[in-house]
Amino acid sequence: MLHLGTLQQGQNKSAAGIETPDWPARFRELAASARDERLKRFYAAGMVGADTPLSEVPLMALDFETTGLDPVRDGIVSIGLVPMRLERILASQSRHWILKPRTALAEESVTIHGITDSQVASAPDLIEILGELLEAIAGHVMVVHCRAIERQFLNGALRPRIGESIEFPVIDTMELEARLHRSKRPGLMARLFGRQQLSIRLAASRGRYGLPRYRPHHALTDALASAELLQAQVGHRFAPDTPIRELWK
Amino acid sequence: MQDEQLEILDFLRRYSPFTELPEETLHRVATAVDVRYFKAGSRIIEFGEEALDWYVVRSGAVEIFRRNGTLYNRLTEGGHFGEFGLLNRKRVRFPAAALEDSLLYLIPEAVFTELFENNEQFADLVEVEDRTRLRQVVSRREDANQLMSATVDTLVGREPVMLGREATTGDAARRMTEEAVSSLLIVDQLEAPPAAPRMAGIITDRDIRIRLVSQGLDYDTPVAEIMSSSLVTVEHNQLVFEAMLQMLRNNVHHLPVLKNHRPIGVIALSDIIQYESRNSLFVVSSIFRQQSVDDLAALTGDVHACFSRMVTEDASSRMIGSAMAVIGRSFKQRLLELAEETLGPPPVPYCFLALGSMARQEQLIVTDQDNALVLDNSFDPARHDDYFKALAAFVSDGLARCGYSYCTGGVMATNAKWRQPLRQWERYFSEWIEQPTPESLLNSGIFFDIDGVWGETEWIDGLRRLISRKAKGNSRFLACLARNALLRTPPLGFFKDFVVESDGRHSRAINLKRRGTAPLADLVRVHALAVGSLARNSFERLNDIIEADVLPRGRGQDLLDAMEFVSMVRIRNQANDLAAGIEPDNSIEPDSLSEFERKSLRDAFLILSNAQKYLKFRYQPGRSG
Repeated sequence: MLHLGTLQQGQNKSAAGIETPDWPARFRELAASARDERLKRFYAAGMVGADTPLSEVPLMALDFETTGLDPVRDGIVSIGLVPMRLERILASQSRHWILKPRTALAEESVTIHGITDSQVASAPDLIEILGELLEAIAGHVMVVHCRAIERQFLNGALRPRIGESIEFPVIDTMELEARLHRSKRPGLMARLFGRQQLSIRLAASRGRYGLPRYRPHHALTDALASAELLQAQVGHRFAPDTPIRELWK
Repeated sequence: MQDEQLEILDFLRRYSPFTELPEETLHRVATAVDVRYFKAGSRIIEFGEEALDWYVVRSGAVEIFRRNGTLYNRLTEGGHFGEFGLLNRKRVRFPAAALEDSLLYLIPEAVFTELFENNEQFADLVEVEDRTRLRQVVSRREDANQLMSATVDTLVGREPVMLGREATTGDAARRMTEEAVSSLLIVDQLEAPPAAPRMAGIITDRDIRIRLVSQGLDYDTPVAEIMSSSLVTVEHNQLVFEAMLQMLRNNVHHLPVLKNHRPIGVIALSDIIQYESRNSLFVVSSIFRQQSVDDLAALTGDVHACFSRMVTEDASSRMIGSAMAVIGRSFKQRLLELAEETLGPPPVPYCFLALGSMARQEQLIVTDQDNALVLDNSFDPARHDDYFKALAAFVSDGLARCGYSYCTGGVMATNAKWRQPLRQWERYFSEWIEQPTPESLLNSGIFFDIDGVWGETEWIDGLRRLISRKAKGNSRFLACLARNALLRTPPLGFFKDFVVESDGRHSRAINLKRRGTAPLADLVRVHALAVGSLARNSFERLNDIIEADVLPRGRGQDLLDAMEFVSMVRIRNQANDLAAGIEPDNSIEPDSLSEFERKSLRDAFLILSNAQKYLKFRYQPGRSG
């Protein structure tokens, strides 16, 4: 997924001040209030409690490729899913869909994600695979790099199609990186000498953990890349018994 | 919908053993891979736990350990581990830990097993016992050089034509013409098979020309009177190359080929000339034409060229080793001839010895001169030693000028200790063998590889028989010798641009002689003496050892392969040095090795290391037999 790694904390409204919902309770509410059957089933599958140790949480790395950067105008062209547990990334159960967006493919985006008009022409609309997608991710905590974009695009796609939006807990590997490298304003010395902030974009973050360089902008590769990054972050900074509350939003 | 992780597929495609898989299978494997990250220092798999996956290192570095905690291997990107456990009762045999932050690909047991069972080349490359992999490597090379490594029996076109010794020369000539052969084997009595006829001699068309016609003898002269009765023969399984050397050494053009003591044919020089790397022949013959030490010293370049050409022509280490040994011998022989011309005839008979690699016919171009003199028992130091001292100095200085540096250990005939009558040599050997200490054997090990070069060479046959008789089954002697054979050990393998030692330390280069071929030869010598083998060459000794059945099954072949592979890397390295115009040596930097050579060398080191453990066990002091 293309996004700006310099995205500010304020933009995604997930800074420390905003409270993380009680996800199991929130899912129960939403299961009752959702109108779309697929969405209802998704919520009804439930969610683990905030005290659940990381090692017991079913996780799902997720990435989209889009036609552009505007969640309202642009659409999703591909979705990659890689299920994982803390101790194993189930790349063997990866899922990948190419979708037909309702906006035409812009040439600039084609050069980024490499998905062409002819591939898209025969692809389904998101609505056709929505049931399958929601079934696959039900019960999992999502893992993404930059949650704001993923969520905005998904909702931007869902609202015109089913008239509802979706909520679920997410571990944002970019936010975990930001906690480490952006926790405070740059010091005086750093500002004086114009020291560059460390990049928290996916490739740069991965590099710090000794993870290999991948070709970016394939939804499945990016999902795998985020999954690996999370394992590395947990390996270095958390523990298998860390409760999920410390990571999710 | 497409669910394939492209990064995984692209990665696997670049590394052996996946390169051996058909495209379709590769895709199937790529979609079966799971992934896991391990922080530096964390354990990956523990001994004895259930083996569930096969691991491939995607990035980082991993250390593999033996059960006792010692380092077994160190792997980087593209390396794989866990196969031992998967193929062995599904329990982890070699625990592993991340040396650096590492990303690993996990291939489930069922997928691995299916691959292993259905893809032969893949299985060869990940074979449980690394030694099998080396066998593949060496035998693939052997196949490629079939001509050069052919054994004598492949040249035997027909049964030998035989004639009873009572026949006349006229009969012989007619028979040779009828059969269109240039030689006949003369036997005591023509026996009906299966009894083996006793060979009395050989007669060739050259014998008829020189010994009959030009002498004006009658055609009725019995063949027995003009045949050659001191028979030089070869065994059917010797290398063609060795048969050629045999001819050269004895100045004969026909060799009966024996199998189980029975002649199965005769090969002629014309039969084998095509197999010979003629280069070494030319060098040898030019050595004997030189009239001074200066002339001989000028041949060094030819020797190097001959060595390089054999390497280019893909000769085996055994052929190169024996060609270089024959050249070295020839230098000694010619120098001794020149010495005798200068100093006059020797006051008492003597034999000049070759020791170590020359005696084993495993000489390369970077080599010490290890030599000694055996003198007749009538030797009187007061009257004769001046002569032999001068003779030794002449040869030793001459050899040094021809590129055979002085022996730093002082094992040269110029050293009075190694210039002694036969009686004293017998005493030396008896002492070494009957009252052994590791210290006394440390410096004398080289004398157990001994060959007569010039003079009374049959004395040396006698010495070798004495050694064989006294050493066989002498557990105290063998234990001391074995202890010394364990002093030099191989490294563990390679990691990035370093040589890795068993304790994990790194170094920049490895001396492949000191850490490879020398300990291998030491080890083989112990077993060879234990089984009473009279052979000197390590390959021949190994064949005797295999025949005597003292090694666990398959290990003899492993050692042959290891010896061949390490020797060839050493040889190629020296040839590369020569080509680059730098002084050749035995030191190798890992970055000059291909990935393939590193892997195979590591396999060879492992074989050596295991063989050393076995040696220690087998010849531990106090263990009988």
